[in-house]
Amino acid sequence: MSQRTPLYEQHLADGAKIVDFSGWDMPLHYGSQVDEHHSVRRAAGVFDVSHMCVVDLRGSGGRALLSRLIANDPGKLRSPGRALYTCMLNDRGGVIDDLIVYYFADDFYRVVVNAGTRDKDVAWLRQHAEALPVEVQERRDLAMLAVQGPRARELAAPRVGVAAEAALALKPFTAAMDGDWMVARTGYTGEDGWELVLPAGEARELWQALLAAGVRPCGLGARDTLRLEAGLNLYGQDMDEEVSPLACGLAWTIAWAPADRDFIGRGALEAERAAGSSPRFVGLLLEDRGVLRAGYPVHTAHGEGIVTSGGFSPTLSRSIGLARLPAGAGEQCEVEIRGRRLAARVVSPPFVRHGEPRIAL
Amino acid sequence: MSEVPLELKYTSDHEWLRLEDDGSVVVGVTDHAQAALGELVFVELPEAGSEVVQGDACAVVESVKAASDVYAPVTGEIMGINENLGDAPEKVNQEPYGDGWLFRMRLADPDALDELLDAEAYQALLDELD
Repeated sequence: MSQRTPLYEQHLADGAKIVDFSGWDMPLHYGSQVDEHHSVRRAAGVFDVSHMCVVDLRGSGGRALLSRLIANDPGKLRSPGRALYTCMLNDRGGVIDDLIVYYFADDFYRVVVNAGTRDKDVAWLRQHAEALPVEVQERRDLAMLAVQGPRARELAAPRVGVAAEAALALKPFTAAMDGDWMVARTGYTGEDGWELVLPAGEARELWQALLAAGVRPCGLGARDTLRLEAGLNLYGQDMDEEVSPLACGLAWTIAWAPADRDFIGRGALEAERAAGSSPRFVGLLLEDRGVLRAGYPVHTAHGEGIVTSGGFSPTLSRSIGLARLPAGAGEQCEVEIRGRRLAARVVSPPFVRHGEPRIAL
Repeated sequence: MSEVPLELKYTSDHEWLRLEDDGSVVVGVTDHAQAALGELVFVELPEAGSEVVQGDACAVVESVKAASDVYAPVTGEIMGINENLGDAPEKVNQEPYGDGWLFRMRLADPDALDELLDAEAYQALLDELD
């Protein structure tokens, strides 16, 4: 039985094409995925991301729990409202999930995890929380909307349950909370904007108010092309439990210092780093005509790699992708598409940020 | 509701065929197919002059979502392709039965069209899918 967000009926009323995503009935688009994509790059769009899971860590043991479970260092979270992007690893260094950790108080951290991994994530958190003075609370009573684009904050500010002035004053990667409302200046599109957490019962009113203000409803289709252009990884595609952060472009999220912080997966990561054999995780621009897709083989002078995410970039009108290539692979490669080898160039993501191309075409 | 023009022939793979005055057929994908595929961003067409056998994957339509094969609806020779789709693949979404046509074929067996679905049969197939 598929799960539905509090906005399911609203999506139908808005003309959404509904698809299954990790066991959830979610909007793919509301007519045109490409137009929705452009709306976020040029103005503002809103996504229902209530399928993602908000988990609150209540109690004095939150810091100790995170210190053990995440590869980034929760010690970086010193002022209330700060957010941290990180991976949670297994003892082989593989990625259990990627998540954002918000710090509000020493006895209150909030993490937001992916829909497809929520059950195993919550179980993993609970298992390691058993011996600590911390309670793991799955907040199924909350909804989550992402309002993204250069005009997103301006259009949404009068409609969020946090004082508009305080919300607009938020710096990137920080959040403010008022009651059960949270406004975070985070996102998954490469544009400015907010992720809003609120009581499920208020989601429909907010959604309608945003649409009335001129914010365009956007589905998972546009969410995927926007995040790909922004060079952001998708869990289950660019990384999973068999891939370490070193092999998916997330080395920057590993906090090696302090050296005595013994997070799960640290030993495996150190061994991988010492061996120096990690694959290159790169962006690809297809130089020939065609479309890169996840799973396509990539031929390089140093052996074969694989496209982990691929698609058509509406902003660049070219096909782009993310790929894992053998260590030492150079800047030119060939992607095998239906038996033919097409030229592709290695580029450094993001492909697009704040509405502008960031790579040479 | 998908549009199903009465004068065309159809396949169960959601291609349409239109018989021209010179005996050739123009082939495209149906309105139902373009809607199901989503917005097209790339179309790969067969080479003019190539011989195809009914059921061969002979073209690929790529949408924002995925790549899908287009099968040769009949056996014959590819006489020409819709060159305009190189720069405007969205024509397939906008006018699947018009400017969004894919290729033109010469039939190996002129009677082959009789074995395909007529509009009524294709509509019945769509009704079953709903």
